[in-house]
Amino acid sequence: MDSARARIFSRIKRSAAQVDEARRIAAVEARLNNPQRNIVPERGVGDEAHRIQVFTRLMTDVGGTVEVLDDANDVPAAVAAYLRNTNRPAQIRRGKDELLANLPWHRAQTLEVKEGRAADADTASLTHAFAGVAESGTIVQLSGPDNPTTLNFLPEAHIVFLEAKDLHASYEETWSRLRAIHGPGQMPRTVNMISGPSRTADIEQTIVRPAHGPKDMHVIIVRSK
Amino acid sequence: MEQQSATFPANVKKAIADSQLQWAMTETGPRFIEKRAKARANLPEFDTLRDQARDIKDHVLAHLDLYLERYEEKVASSGGQVHWAETAEEARAAILGICKRLDARLATKGKSMISEEIGLNHALEEAGVTPVETDLGEYLIQLRGEPPSHIIAPAVHLTRDQIEADFRKAHTHLDPNRDLTEIPTLVEEARQVLRQKYLDADVGITGANFLIAETGTSIIVTNEGNGDLTQTLPKAHIVIASIEKIVPTLEDATTILRVLARSATGQDFSNYTTFSTGPRRPEDPDGPLEYHVVILDNGRSNVLGTEFQDMLRCIRCGACLNHCPVYQAVGGHAYGWVYPGPIGSVVTPALIGIEKAKHLPNASTFCGRCEEVCPMRIPLPRLLRHWREKEFEKHLTPGAVRSGLSVWAYFAKRPKLYQFGTGIAARLLKLMGGRKGRLSSLPLAQGWTKYRDMPVPEGKTFQALWKERRHG
Repeated sequence: MDSARARIFSRIKRSAAQVDEARRIAAVEARLNNPQRNIVPERGVGDEAHRIQVFTRLMTDVGGTVEVLDDANDVPAAVAAYLRNTNRPAQIRRGKDELLANLPWHRAQTLEVKEGRAADADTASLTHAFAGVAESGTIVQLSGPDNPTTLNFLPEAHIVFLEAKDLHASYEETWSRLRAIHGPGQMPRTVNMISGPSRTADIEQTIVRPAHGPKDMHVIIVRSK
Repeated sequence: MEQQSATFPANVKKAIADSQLQWAMTETGPRFIEKRAKARANLPEFDTLRDQARDIKDHVLAHLDLYLERYEEKVASSGGQVHWAETAEEARAAILGICKRLDARLATKGKSMISEEIGLNHALEEAGVTPVETDLGEYLIQLRGEPPSHIIAPAVHLTRDQIEADFRKAHTHLDPNRDLTEIPTLVEEARQVLRQKYLDADVGITGANFLIAETGTSIIVTNEGNGDLTQTLPKAHIVIASIEKIVPTLEDATTILRVLARSATGQDFSNYTTFSTGPRRPEDPDGPLEYHVVILDNGRSNVLGTEFQDMLRCIRCGACLNHCPVYQAVGGHAYGWVYPGPIGSVVTPALIGIEKAKHLPNASTFCGRCEEVCPMRIPLPRLLRHWREKEFEKHLTPGAVRSGLSVWAYFAKRPKLYQFGTGIAARLLKLMGGRKGRLSSLPLAQGWTKYRDMPVPEGKTFQALWKERRHG
């Protein structure tokens, strides 16, 4: 396989042979070491109320639901109510996320809260989004023990807790934050950008939900104080 | 995969006579066009994003070796492994090697055109590994043993009745009297059947829409969530991608993602856009234990630096297929290999050779809609013309066409003679048309007049009229 690598690279290099090598290297280094934003759509740009409004419109357009609260302490009751209204068992699975763990779960006494990665039998999950992106009604989840990736895909209902302060206008703001936390060039194992419940249009171009992932996606946004 | 591009004219005849295919194409074709137009209208920055997307890829192609080197380093430093494959055979061998080492029996698969290009499923089966396609469209064609007929909607040629029949044949463990007349019921059945496969699979194989050099990340884009279940649950995640999938940074990937879904399905963003970097981390409760990326060349590096280089900007959105009158009339299978439509007619000769692709560069009316809608601004008609030139140079063009072209060239190079000749022809045709003004049969063009009348010229040539107008 090493010879395959050498042959592929020698053919690629041949095509660029006429250009000064030092200049090529400098161009690549500059671009990678100092990532620049390209044009960013205006759509999501605005104050928190605007971002919530755009996010809600777009998430709703693709079959998701959105609920906006003023107090994070109301989240357990909102989760319980959502499960009741969608005729699901009063059970959720969540990760070790500190913010989720510290919510006043005693306020939703009938709700059974399990911790860990998703199992096939789980009917609903709750995750804490790293970010939201207004421009396309998208939530961003990072892998890890706090919010295991399987929670986004296996259960039939995916409930997402999003703090309005993390609801960005564009994807680019998410990247800047991620670099600040993980260091340049570093990523969590998985970054999931999710825009609504799973769907397919593979039969006669007719949109059907769900496909293989969740049937329902419910985003609970808590406004900044 | 077996190549049948050389029999394109016969494939077309078959496609046009296939009433189910014709129904499916007529029914679905316009929907793609409407959806894209709406998505474009809703984003004022769309065309600027296209310019920037083009520039990003042009920059990458001019520095491809350097970006690939950085990408490989970053994959290794995050605990993954890159495997280089010069040919389809080497790519298959790399994947089979991993499967064998892990003693894999069942491989779930996300949608990948490269997998089709290298004929991976067949190789897996021969090695005793059962491949299960999990994208609904790919699953449907896997049941039928067919290649995809569209880059993003592989089963677009099928009707629900055909799918119902296939499900009854394949899912024999289910009640034979169940009702499968509605589309949601069919989707639900596939969901149930495939859910168990995700849980049982030993390896998950996906493609990649992009590879990010900055971080060593592969990206997949799906709507069904199948790609994520495929790559998250098994022991190993194997990514298969080609060399030109590289983009420099997260920001660059983001820019191109903004035009991808809009051009493909008319969505602002696909439901699931997933960035994967290396295997499961020590603290992670889920995710694959191994992460491999097989990077395939298969002729692409030969295209770099040639007049065909622009084809390597392609992000496989399928917009050119959706807007192509030829594709919409005959569907994807007529093209005879993996990549159909205008981009297929450009890519196929580069990958399997113009001798085998034969007629494909001629499967175009040069109407230009493909170039108009391409998010990466690939000049598809120009590239098709280059292939026609190659075809002519290599004497692959049929004799009658060659001699016809020589006759035409003789006149075209002698403007006086050309004008004289066309002037006579125009008057002659007018005379032949008589009062009706139409010809029902025309020498040397019976193929055309068999289906329609030829309106006769008004008596003067275009050049003569042009001259009059300019002086008048």
